[in-house]
Amino acid sequence: MPALEQLDADFEKAWQDTAFRTEFNDLLREYVGRPNPLTEAKRLSEDTGLHVTIKREDLNHTGAHKINNALGQALLAVRMGKKRIIAETGAGQHGVATATVCALLGLECEVYMGEEDIERQMLNVFRMKLLGAKVNPVSSGTKTLKDALNEAMRDWVTNVDSTHYIIGTAAGPHPYPYMVREFQRVIGDEARAQYFERYALTPDAVIACVGGGSNAIGFFAGFYGDDSTRMVGVEAGGRGLTSGAHAAPLTAGSPGVLHGSYSYLMQDDDGQVIGTHSVSAGLDYPGVGAEHSYLKDLGRAEYVAVTDEEALDALQWVAHREGLICALETAHAFAALKIPGLFKPGERVIVNMSGRGDKDMVTVAGLLKL
Amino acid sequence: MTLSEKFSELSGKGEKALVCFFTAGDQPLADLPRIVALLEKSGADAIEIGIPFSDPFGEGPTIQDSSQRALENGASVNKILDAISKCQSSIPLITMGYYNPVLRTGLDAYAQRSKAVGCTGTIISDLIPDEADDWDAASGNAGLETIYLCAPTSTDARIDQVAKRSTGFVYAVSRTGVTGAESAVPPEVKDLVAKVRALTAKPVCVGFGISKPEHVQMVCSVADGAVVGSALVKCLHENWGTPGGEEKVVDLIKTLKAATATA
Repeated sequence: MPALEQLDADFEKAWQDTAFRTEFNDLLREYVGRPNPLTEAKRLSEDTGLHVTIKREDLNHTGAHKINNALGQALLAVRMGKKRIIAETGAGQHGVATATVCALLGLECEVYMGEEDIERQMLNVFRMKLLGAKVNPVSSGTKTLKDALNEAMRDWVTNVDSTHYIIGTAAGPHPYPYMVREFQRVIGDEARAQYFERYALTPDAVIACVGGGSNAIGFFAGFYGDDSTRMVGVEAGGRGLTSGAHAAPLTAGSPGVLHGSYSYLMQDDDGQVIGTHSVSAGLDYPGVGAEHSYLKDLGRAEYVAVTDEEALDALQWVAHREGLICALETAHAFAALKIPGLFKPGERVIVNMSGRGDKDMVTVAGLLKL
Repeated sequence: MTLSEKFSELSGKGEKALVCFFTAGDQPLADLPRIVALLEKSGADAIEIGIPFSDPFGEGPTIQDSSQRALENGASVNKILDAISKCQSSIPLITMGYYNPVLRTGLDAYAQRSKAVGCTGTIISDLIPDEADDWDAASGNAGLETIYLCAPTSTDARIDQVAKRSTGFVYAVSRTGVTGAESAVPPEVKDLVAKVRALTAKPVCVGFGISKPEHVQMVCSVADGAVVGSALVKCLHENWGTPGGEEKVVDLIKTLKAATATA
């Protein structure tokens, strides 16, 4: 659609424009709180025999990496003269981030969210409402992230003149995956500079969870030039890859087309997109950003999956040993540290702590019977 | 009969086309040949047989729900093509769906199989012309007609691509947005049809939001035909298999077909 061509052109122009960059960077610093720290995790290092550092996206305003992209796209929307913003959300972090920047910039905001996700992320629904956004429940399909995306797309094609659609993940039609990566690459660029300043080295591996893949692609992008740095993406293995109840298209899916891009996909033999399962709402998506598929096929990045149970264990482990309560999504990245044979003893790794765990406390308390 | 043949026959008679869409598998697939025959008998000039998809992001609630029901009923590409093979129809039958089931089936396999069961064309609603080289080749080899969509927001370059690549007809979308019945068809659709006409002599049909005789009449005053989807899907869902249900379907199609002539 011409709106995508327009967006592509407007983004390119803005991204080359020093004034836009300055405005974006100033708000990242003064409003979001960047740069966030790189924390050395001595006790995780002790437990694993690795050298572990943590990039602290959880310390951003609103508690996750999502605001980097939401802020960038909202500033772009203002430049494009759009007054109304729509977004989809799974875990609610992107919805909250979008509602936040809309409040900041005086934009009207509506967020589409699957009914199942509304139930498991009640706190974030409340936050969005408090920020002045309208939350539209989505009852079609599997009532999760992909259906919220479908509904947001329907809204966008209907109201395209007045509305900008802020996609929260690195998926969907061009230019979204590219634009989202560029707005998120601050994670990787910042982490690389901090790491080099402290250790005069580049890390051996960078690790991030992958749902649609926005935190991972922004993190990885900072290390594209470092051939000796491994990139490890961790997908949601749900109840196990053999159970079929998971959300791991890169490790257990096949190529297909969904939401305007060709990428690995969870689908049946008839090309129908199949229902996914993950304990974490933010990873519960059957597709993945096409750039991750490309990195996988190139062999440049490695993708693994960990189960719900392993993620829950990792969440408790990191809480007990480092005093950090991470989001269930992020817990998947930490769980990868314990996969036998994945890392060599002494390997120096950075884990991207994409978000904090407050939003998941009700779910986790229920699962752990606390 | 191909779409091109049908449109030249209609234009020879000074008639406009009524194109009917319904979702295959929303009613039992064993009934599909009877539904097709009934639509033909009632005045349909061509039939779009919808292949349901799990993520129909271009559809409004009526076709979304019908797609979900069809998939729950176990409809699949193969079962639907089997059902089409049992149709005895003298009007063009075309399948309409999303790209992923076609891609998964294999472009050549899908095209060859569609042709073999008696389809004359295909609409893949989320396939844009810029990405359609492979599909054009597969459907060309199979002898299937292609139909691409353009909308009021489409650029001239896009409309030109759509016009060049469509071999059956050009599908002009009446408005921005998704499928579904509306109270009125926006008058701007006339501008879109005029733009298409300026670029091609191929037939142009207008769809999206056309549910009433006055919509058909308005559309047929400028285009070569009107596409009715959600209204028929709703009528079939509410009435198929009930006493007197078939008559309600017949009445709807007859009324809409009659409106093509009053333009």
